[in-house]
Amino acid sequence: MIPLNWYMWLSGIVFCIGMFGFITRRNIIIMLLSTEIMFNGVNISLIALSHYLEDLAGQVMVFFIIAVAAAEAAIGLALVILLFRNKETVSVDDLNELRG
Amino acid sequence: MINQIFFFYFSAVIVAMSLLAITRRNVMHGVLYMLLLFFHIAGLYLFLNAEFISAVQIIVYAGAIMVLFLFVIMLLNLREDIRKKQFLAIWPMGLLVSSGILMVILMSMLTIRIGASGIWGIAQIERVTQTAAVGTVLYTQYLFPFEVASLVLLVAIIGAVVLAKKRIK
Repeated sequence: MIPLNWYMWLSGIVFCIGMFGFITRRNIIIMLLSTEIMFNGVNISLIALSHYLEDLAGQVMVFFIIAVAAAEAAIGLALVILLFRNKETVSVDDLNELRG
Repeated sequence: MINQIFFFYFSAVIVAMSLLAITRRNVMHGVLYMLLLFFHIAGLYLFLNAEFISAVQIIVYAGAIMVLFLFVIMLLNLREDIRKKQFLAIWPMGLLVSSGILMVILMSMLTIRIGASGIWGIAQIERVTQTAAVGTVLYTQYLFPFEVASLVLLVAIIGAVVLAKKRIK
């Protein structure tokens, strides 16, 4: 039997890897990928808690998280296409038109 | 024992693939590593008694979201961006912040205690089958959030079409 702690540690590690990618990469597509990694880190902890607490609320919540992740990916990638059409780049460093 | 071997295999691959996915210079390679990551997370879910979510993970994440990413990358011409610098100049600060939060999470998990058990133990799920159990909870207790989720998806469809379509003069 695997202790609950191991799953929670794994989910924390995956979440922090995603957060590191999100705050350090310049490429906006990789930043969107990093949010997906963070979603998956949270999902691991919810499924593990659902199993160990013998309650299905965690799995239902993961279902909703996957629905929201799909919506977020669709909107985010539409924004990336729009951005590339106007600026010819996906690097967030070049998006400095609001800088004073 | 066999459970632990499989857990170590899945978790090692998950951590390695997520590290590879965020550090590759070529976005296409990153997305393909993400695909492997999603398959291994689905495998981990099978050990946690969540067959339905495991199938949804493969169908929606690996099948739909990653294909969407691949199509968008193929639509864009990223040759220029590959040659640019990939990380911000202050990336050690990002490493510091995320490893600090990782430390907080790891330490706080040391004292975690499992609360009172719910009614959906393994025996009960086995009696009604797993998908039926998830469906029962989803369509009775969580019916309103389910309807709201459908509205969120509708907004996403309309928003994506409106944002990405070409302006007609």
